[in-house]
Amino acid sequence: MRAASYARWAAGAMAVALATTACGGGADAGEGGAVLSSSWTDPQNPLEPANTNEVQGGKVLSMIFRGLKQYDPKTGEAKNMVAERIETSDSQHYTITLKDGWTFSDGEKVTAKSFVDAWNYGASLENNQKNAYFFSYIEGYDQVHPEQGGQRAKTMSGLKVVDERTFTVTLSQKFSGFPDTLGYNAFVPLPRAFYQDHAGWLARPVGNGPYTVQAYTRGSEMRLVRWDAYAGPDAARNDGVTLKVYTDNNTAYTDLMAGNLDLVDDVPAQQLKNVRADLDGRYLNTPAGIIQTLSFPHYDKRWTGPGADKVRKGLSRAIDREQITRTIFQGTRTPATDWTSPVLGAEGGYKAGLCGQWCEYDAAAARKLIEEGGGLPGGQVKITYNADTGSHKLWVDAVCNSINNALDDDKACVGNPIGTFADFRGKSTTQKLAGPFRAGWQMDYPLTQNFLQPLYYTNASSNDGKWSSKEFDRLVDRANAETDPAQAVKLFQQAEEVVRDEMAAIPLWYQNGSAGWSERLSDVTLNPFSVPVYEQIKVG
Amino acid sequence: MGRYVVRRLVQMVPVFIGSTLLIFLMVNVMGDPVAGLCGDRQCDPATAARLRQEFGLDQPVWRQYLTYMGNVFTGDFGTAFNGQEVTELMSTAFPVTLRLTIVAICFEILIGVTLGVLTGLRRGRPVDTGVLLLTLVVVSVPTFVTGLLLQLWLGVQWGWIRPSVSPAAPFGELLLPGLVLASVSLAYVTRLTRTSIAENRRSDYVRTAVAKGLPRRRVVTRHLLRNSLIPVVTFVGADIGFLMGGAIVTERIFNIHGVGYQLYQGIVRQNTQTVVGFVTVLVLVFLLCNLVVDLLYAVLDPRIRYA
Repeated sequence: MRAASYARWAAGAMAVALATTACGGGADAGEGGAVLSSSWTDPQNPLEPANTNEVQGGKVLSMIFRGLKQYDPKTGEAKNMVAERIETSDSQHYTITLKDGWTFSDGEKVTAKSFVDAWNYGASLENNQKNAYFFSYIEGYDQVHPEQGGQRAKTMSGLKVVDERTFTVTLSQKFSGFPDTLGYNAFVPLPRAFYQDHAGWLARPVGNGPYTVQAYTRGSEMRLVRWDAYAGPDAARNDGVTLKVYTDNNTAYTDLMAGNLDLVDDVPAQQLKNVRADLDGRYLNTPAGIIQTLSFPHYDKRWTGPGADKVRKGLSRAIDREQITRTIFQGTRTPATDWTSPVLGAEGGYKAGLCGQWCEYDAAAARKLIEEGGGLPGGQVKITYNADTGSHKLWVDAVCNSINNALDDDKACVGNPIGTFADFRGKSTTQKLAGPFRAGWQMDYPLTQNFLQPLYYTNASSNDGKWSSKEFDRLVDRANAETDPAQAVKLFQQAEEVVRDEMAAIPLWYQNGSAGWSERLSDVTLNPFSVPVYEQIKVG
Repeated sequence: MGRYVVRRLVQMVPVFIGSTLLIFLMVNVMGDPVAGLCGDRQCDPATAARLRQEFGLDQPVWRQYLTYMGNVFTGDFGTAFNGQEVTELMSTAFPVTLRLTIVAICFEILIGVTLGVLTGLRRGRPVDTGVLLLTLVVVSVPTFVTGLLLQLWLGVQWGWIRPSVSPAAPFGELLLPGLVLASVSLAYVTRLTRTSIAENRRSDYVRTAVAKGLPRRRVVTRHLLRNSLIPVVTFVGADIGFLMGGAIVTERIFNIHGVGYQLYQGIVRQNTQTVVGFVTVLVLVFLLCNLVVDLLYAVLDPRIRYA
C-alpha cells in the first residue's frame, strides 16, 4: 500500500506544480489594451544611432526616431520626413530645410542644430561610433576622423547651421545619391539629453519617432508605447510594442504558437515547411534588401592569374541555385541574376538577368569553362563560412554538392567552417582566406550604389576579396557625380557589368524577410530592411 | 577541521589561477573580436584601433591577463561589448540560474531519493523494474529532446504552462525547466540511492536496529538512509557546480536569461570579459561546492575525520 500512496503523492505534487506554473503564465501577451509583443535579440552595441549597425538595434531606432528622410515601407523610396526640402544645384552643396513642429518626446524642439550636433558626434573618432564612415562624404570628415593619429577638429567643416530650421552640407566630392542615404539610422537628430546625461539616455533612449521607450531592461525586454504628441504622418495604430529578447528563434516560434507572443520576424529555417499550416496563413515572405554571394581572394595569385575569371564563371555555372533555394530554403530565397536586389525595383537599378548565362546552371558548360581556365587552383575549392549563425552549413554543403556533381569530382569542393562570426570576419578582413568565402550584404539604404561601391570599389570597406578594377571605379565615380538619377542608374549598371565580366563575386540568391503573427494582429508588413512596420500594425 | 578548511582554501588559489589563465588563453586564440563588431563590413581602422585600445586588446596577452586579474580582485570584471558592466550581467544572470539550480536540485533530492529508497527496499518487485526502466529511458534521451517535447506538449498542445520563461524568472515558471534540467541527474540519483540502500539493508547495524525493535520508519530514515546517502551527497554536490554552468541547452530552449545564455552570447561574440568573468565565478562555485561536499562527508559518516 505504501508504494501506491507514494505514487499518488508524486502525481499530486506534479499536478500542483504544473497548475501553479499555468497560473503564473499565459494571458499576458496582450498586456494593457492594444499592445503587441514581438521577438527581439539583444542588440550587439549600445543603442546610439551612429553605433548601431545590425537589424535588432536598428529595429528600435526605427521606432523611436525619424530622420530627414524615411524609406517608404512598400517601395523603399526615400521620402521627406523631418526635411521640408533638400536642395542642391551641383550634387555637392546641399541646403536642408526642416519642417516646423517636430519635437523630441522630452519636449525639446528638433532644430538644425539637433542634426548637426548628432552628425558631428557620430563622425567624431573619440566617440568610437562604428557607423562613423557614413559621414565620410561630408567635408572635414578626415579632420574629425583621421585614419591615423589623433582627432584634429571637433566638428566637420562641411556642416553649417544657418538658422533654427536650415543647415547646409558640403560634401568632399559629388554624390547625387546623398539625399537618399539620409533615411539611414545614423543620420537621425539627437536631443541635448543625449550629450548631457549619456548613461541615462542609453538606459532609456529619447527620440522623435512614433514610439517612446517606457521601460528598458537590458538583455531581456523593452517596452515601447505610442507617443500621442508625435508630429509625423505615420503615427502608430497600436498602443505600444513590447520587444522580448529570445535566445533561440525556435523558442520564439513556439511561444507564438502557444499564444504568448504576437509577432516573430525571423521564422526558423526548420519550421519553414510547417509555417503555413501552423499559422493558418498569418505568415509573410517578402523580398528584403539582402543578397548572398561567394567572394574570392583576389589578393591570392592563384585566383587572379589569366583564366581565373573563367574558373570563377565555371563555378558560378556549376551551382544549381534553383534547386538549392527550393529544397533548402523552401522558397524564402530567390536565385540571383544580378548583384543588387529586387527591392530596388527596375527604376532603382535592379536588373533581372544582368548576369545572363553566367548565373544559369549548366554542368557541361561549367566543366568546359573551368578546364579552359586551367582547372581549379590546387584541384579543390574550399568555401569558408561561419558555422555559428544562420544555416550557412546547409547551403554551403549544398553548393559544394552541386559543384561536385557538375564537375563529376567528389573532392572538387568542400566546406570550411569557422567557429564564430568574429573569427570569420577577422580572417576575411585580414586576407587570411585562401579560397572563396561566404559574403552577405544587407543594404543600408535602397540605392544601387550601396550594393556596389562598398563591396567592389578599390579598397572599399567591405571589399574583403580586394578586387580592384579601374574601369569599375571610374564608372562608379561618374555615376555618383551624375545628377540625373536615371543616368546614374545606367552608369551603375555598366559598372555592374564589369563585375559580371570578371565574375568578381558569384551572386547566389536574394534573401527574403519572413514574419509570422498571432490572430490578434492585422496589417503586418515588412519593410525592405526585413523589419516589421510596427506603426502600421493593428491589434484586435 | 579548521586547519583542513584553510588548507583546502589555499589549494584553491593555484587551481583558480590556472583555470582562469586557461580560459583566458582559449578565448584569446579564437581571434580578434573587434572584427565581428562591424557586421559584414570592415571596421574602419581608426575606430577599430580605438576599440582595441579601450578593451585592452592592443596589449600582449600576458599583460592583458595580469591587468584583468588585477581588476578582478578589485571587483571590476570589465565591460561587455554592448556597453554593460560584466558585474551587471552577473547580477541579473546568476540569481536566475541559481533559482533554476535550486529547483533542479530539489527535484533531484525529492524525487530521486524517494524513488531510490522505494526501489531499494523493494528490489526485484515490479515497482523496482518499472522505475529502473524509466531511469534508463531518461538517461538515454538527450536533454534537448525531453525539453523540446515537454515544451511542445505542455506549452503548445495542452496549454498548461507558457513555453518560455519571463525575464523575471520566478520559481513557478522554472518548475518545468528545472525538471528537464534535473532529469538525467535525477535518474542517476535514483540508481545510486537504490544500490546503496539495497546494499546497506543487509548490513549488521540495520539488523541490529531491527532486532532492537525500532519502528520501521526510524530504521529506514535514521539508520539506513543516512548511511546510504554518502555517495548521493557527493554526486549532488558536484552536480550543483555542473548545473550552474552547464544549463546552456535548457536555458536556450526555455529562453531563460541566465548564466548559460550570457556564456553562449559571450562565446559567439567573442567577448573575453564576459566569458572569463562568468567562468571565473563558476570555477569558484565549483571549488566551494567540492569543499562543502567533503565537509558533509564528516557529518554523515562519523568515521571520517579531517585534521
